[in-house]
Amino acid sequence: MGVVFSAEPGQFDVGDLVTIRSDQVDHHHRTPWFIKGKPGVVRAVSGPFFNPESRAHGGDGVPKRLLYQVEFDPDVVWGERYHEGSKDLLLVDVYEQWLEPRG
Amino acid sequence: MSDDHHDESEHEGIQPDTSISFRAKRAIAIHELLVEKGVLAAGEVEEQVNRVRSRSPLDGAKVVARTWVDPEFKSRLLADARSAVGEMGYSLTHDAELAALENTEDVHHLVVCTLCSCYPTSLLGPPPDWYKSFAYRQRAVVEPRAVMGEFGLEVDDDVQVRVVDSTADLRYLVLPRRPEGTDAMTEDELVELVTRDSMIGVSEALRPEAAMPVEAD
Repeated sequence: MGVVFSAEPGQFDVGDLVTIRSDQVDHHHRTPWFIKGKPGVVRAVSGPFFNPESRAHGGDGVPKRLLYQVEFDPDVVWGERYHEGSKDLLLVDVYEQWLEPRG
Repeated sequence: MSDDHHDESEHEGIQPDTSISFRAKRAIAIHELLVEKGVLAAGEVEEQVNRVRSRSPLDGAKVVARTWVDPEFKSRLLADARSAVGEMGYSLTHDAELAALENTEDVHHLVVCTLCSCYPTSLLGPPPDWYKSFAYRQRAVVEPRAVMGEFGLEVDDDVQVRVVDSTADLRYLVLPRRPEGTDAMTEDELVELVTRDSMIGVSEALRPEAAMPVEAD
């Protein structure tokens, strides 16, 4: 899958190992709780979008932030709660400010 | 009414429902303020609502059927959905981008928005109520195969299920697989096989026999 709306260079490339930041923040953000602190792999660079964390609080969403599609192993995300296919995947759209490189 | 003659046996008839909930009142007040302050033009919200309601799953079905008969169109859609659906006369709003996810014999996609109810409304119209339910949003990411099973879809163990959580301004359209036994069908006939649910991923496209109206003898 190669959804790429922009060739703008970002901090991460497809295939990069990342960890989702585990920050608990009070403001609006679009990072679901269940991936916070979890390891993932960048699957696609989906391009720059208005920053929802600014727009939700009266801002104009500029500068735009890169959105990445990040792949997770549902076994790792859910642990004992997960009982389904071992090769199935969970793909979540995550803004760049929530990604950290994972060595 | 100045009529004082009131027969107790007389029905009142259907009365207009004038009760407005707190939330509705608040929404109206906020809307009036936004118009007053010039943030929104009068009628802008209504226009947007009408715009979304004017779209329906039939529009998405036409896009999917086109991918089944025109591989080059499919490639263009997968690379740049906005311009590809534009070729068919569909203009998307500028708030959200669209991406297509192709189901194959090895991969099955299921779309959910765990944070709210993000959905490709500018192509498919409003989402179904179940898509917005807490139950679907919570369960689709933890037990997708069980959820699909409840919709009547059993995905083979050797097929990879990819649950796509649409958390941002990128909306996903699933391209269901073209059913077998449809080689002789025209593009218009194929459109009938593409259901709304198959474009979310909770079901597959209809088999031709399922889509044919049963004729009474």
